[in-house]
Parts: sequence; C-alpha cells; structure tokens
Amino acid sequence: MFKRKHYLALGAVTLVTVLLLSLPSRAVSHLKLGIGGLFLPLFGAVNTVRQLPGRAVDTVLPRGELLKEIESLRRENQQLQVQNLQAAATARENDQLRALVGWQRQQPWKLKLASVVLRDPANWWRTIQIDLGKRDGLVENLPVLTSDGLVGRISSVGYTRSQVVLIGDPNCRVSARVVNPARDMGIISPIGPLENSLVNLTYLSGNANLKSGQAVVTSGEGGIFPPGIPIGQIADSSRAEFGLYTEARVKLSANLGALDQVWVLFP
Amino acid sequence: MNVFNTILILAAAFLAVFAESAFSLPRQLFGAQVDLLPALMIYAALNTNVVTVSLLAALGGLWFDALSANPLGISILPLFAVGFPVCLRRDLILRELPFAQVFLGAAASAAVPVLSVLLLLSGGQEPLLGWGSLWQWLVMIAGGAVATPVIFALFDWCHHALGYQPRTETSFRPDREIRRDRKLN
Repeated sequence: MFKRKHYLALGAVTLVTVLLLSLPSRAVSHLKLGIGGLFLPLFGAVNTVRQLPGRAVDTVLPRGELLKEIESLRRENQQLQVQNLQAAATARENDQLRALVGWQRQQPWKLKLASVVLRDPANWWRTIQIDLGKRDGLVENLPVLTSDGLVGRISSVGYTRSQVVLIGDPNCRVSARVVNPARDMGIISPIGPLENSLVNLTYLSGNANLKSGQAVVTSGEGGIFPPGIPIGQIADSSRAEFGLYTEARVKLSANLGALDQVWVLFP
Repeated sequence: MNVFNTILILAAAFLAVFAESAFSLPRQLFGAQVDLLPALMIYAALNTNVVTVSLLAALGGLWFDALSANPLGISILPLFAVGFPVCLRRDLILRELPFAQVFLGAAASAAVPVLSVLLLLSGGQEPLLGWGSLWQWLVMIAGGAVATPVIFALFDWCHHALGYQPRTETSFRPDREIRRDRKLN
C-alpha cells in the first residue's frame, strides 16, 4: 500500500510542521507577517472595488447636493471647535485641581486612524489586521478603539500591518470598572464563540450592586489600557461560584462585527 | 497529471484563504466562517498525486495560519491527515458520484477543525470554545459538503477550458472511400 514517495511525503510534511512549531516566537511573528504580506495586493484590489460604488455616487451626485453637504460639515466642524475649546478649558481646570491634590497630570490621548484589512479566518480566534505597522510607530499592546468604545489591543506588529486581538478573545483580558458609587472592578473575559456583542465581567465583589444599563469603562489597572475608555453597559448580573463573586454580562459599545476603521491610541 | 493542475490547486487554495479573511458574509449570516481548504484537499486527494496533496497541506496551512492567530504550521497536519488516507485509498472511492463528493467534503470539514483545535489545546493554547462552537462546527461541515461538488465542477470546467483537448478522430479514411463512378450510356 505504502510506496517510497508516500513515506517521503509523510516525512517531509511532519518535518516542516515540527520545524515551524519549534521556531522562536519572534521569528514566527516575522514569518507570519511576511507570508501575510503576499495577500496585500489582493486586499488592495478588493478595497478599490469596494470604494468604486461610493466614488461613482460622488461623481453623479448633483453639485448642489455636495455644496449642501459641505455646508453641513462646516457647521458641524464649527460646533466641534467650540466644544473643543470648552473641553480644553475643562482639561486645564482638571490639571490645576490635580496639581492641587498632588495627583499625576493626565496626558491627552494621541490617536492614529487605521483601516481594517482582514479578519481571522479561524472561528476560534477574534483578531483583525490593520494597515498600520512599525513604520507608523506602532508597538505591541497599544489600545485600539472606535468612537463608540474599546475594541482590543495590538498583539503583533509588522512593518506595514499589525494584528489586533479583539475584546472577547481569550488572549485579551481587560481590567474594567463599573461606573457606580461603589466603583466595582472586575475582569473582562470571553463569553462564547457566537456572542459577538457580549462579554463577561467576572471577579466582581460578592456584594456588588449592579443594575442593567450601568456603564463599564477601563479601570487603568494592568498598564495597557488607560482609565476611562468606554467598554459597554451591564446587561445582567448573577452570583458565581456559590456567591463567592459576582459576574455580569456586558453589552459592548463598539460593534466588533462591522469594523472598517479603528483608532490606535498612543501613550 | 501535470504541473498545471498542481499550480491551479495551489492558486485556488491561496484565493480560498484570502476569501475567508476578506469576506465575512457567512460569519454575519451563520455565526461561523466556512473553511474551503478541506474541500479543496478532497479534490486534490482524489484527482492528483501525493506530492500535490503534501504541497497543498503545507502551503494552504501556512497561508491560513499566517492570516490567523493560530501558531504557524498548526493547520498543516490536520489538512494532510485528511488528504493522505483519501489519496491512498482513492481507487476504492467512487469519486465521480456527487454523493461521494458531498460525504467526503463533509467528513473532511468535520475532521480538520477538530484536529486543529486538539493540536491547539495540546500546545497549551486557549482558543475561544463553548457550546456555540458546536453550531460553528455544523456550519463548517455543511459549508464543506456544499463546496466540494462545486469545487469538482469548477476544476472540471477549468480543465475543459484551459487544458489540452485531444483532437477527435473521424471514421473517414481516404483509402477506403468508395468511389462511385457510374457511366451512363
């Protein structure tokens, strides 16, 4: 039944697998991003095709409509500038108060916009890849968010692309705080493979008083995520491990199923 | 069997991995992404040689792992474990019957993710698993079962369109032509 070439094929495939699995993690990371780079021309082509309908609509849209849109954006921009002035004044006041109390001064967030180029093809991981890399100053463990809330963190960085492990993946645990008078703290962990918009908030204290709708934000513990990034809202809660601690399901603010563009937060 | 067939299969694997990463419609509709590599492996195992099967397992697995959070190389063995026995026993399989293609595609699509997850767990990884994984597994099986006959049909069409077609012999032979030469008086 077995011929010589069958033995050879079996041996070669086993050898390649063992070699790859025994490579150091740094080499694997570089190799993965290098092989993934082969797909970049295809992603570029797909992105161009996806943008075509939008461009076609822009071309055929009447000039009056576009002018109206520009006017509306200009008004919105002015409104945001006024709000920004107010926020800057509040930040200055906050800095002065922090200085009076002796707390460390808060640094303003520096953000960089990135496009999502692909999703993990395996069903047992929740990762995406974005079009920013080392050349844009990215390093591992930078927080990634949308205007709605936290999305995840950078897990590996290539020259032009990076992998983001999403919140709800077993490799992305986040220390979180409930916005309530007790400031209950817990750990965000995955809930299940089919739940894209829900995560578990575990290890809350046994007497935590949680109500659905309460906001959940990052606590700042752990050193990766700065405090105050919105994560979601409490959906429901229950006692776990015979009342030893409380668990809550959190509805995520960011829609992880429809991510097109994300912000990378620099310290 | 020629190199053209191997190249065609590897190109299809490359495009399949790309499609799984770039288009998430099955994930949005059914909550799981369909893996096309097991179905492609069944086609390769039934129609090509063990070299093509090994190349498909190695390159297909590498490409898949490169775009995924899997450790690099973990998908190679599950793909090969499905393709190799089918390739060895293909003389006993009625490969042209759609029922056989559907059954083998479903079986391969069931085996590959299970083997991959077992390898991940044995390597100390912590993949996202739960009761929902059972549903995802069923979606992958159904997707593989549907995809296999489609892949067979597509490759048949490709061979017909791009491959060398032998010239058909006619029954006409000039030396045996009956010459009718009636002389009319």
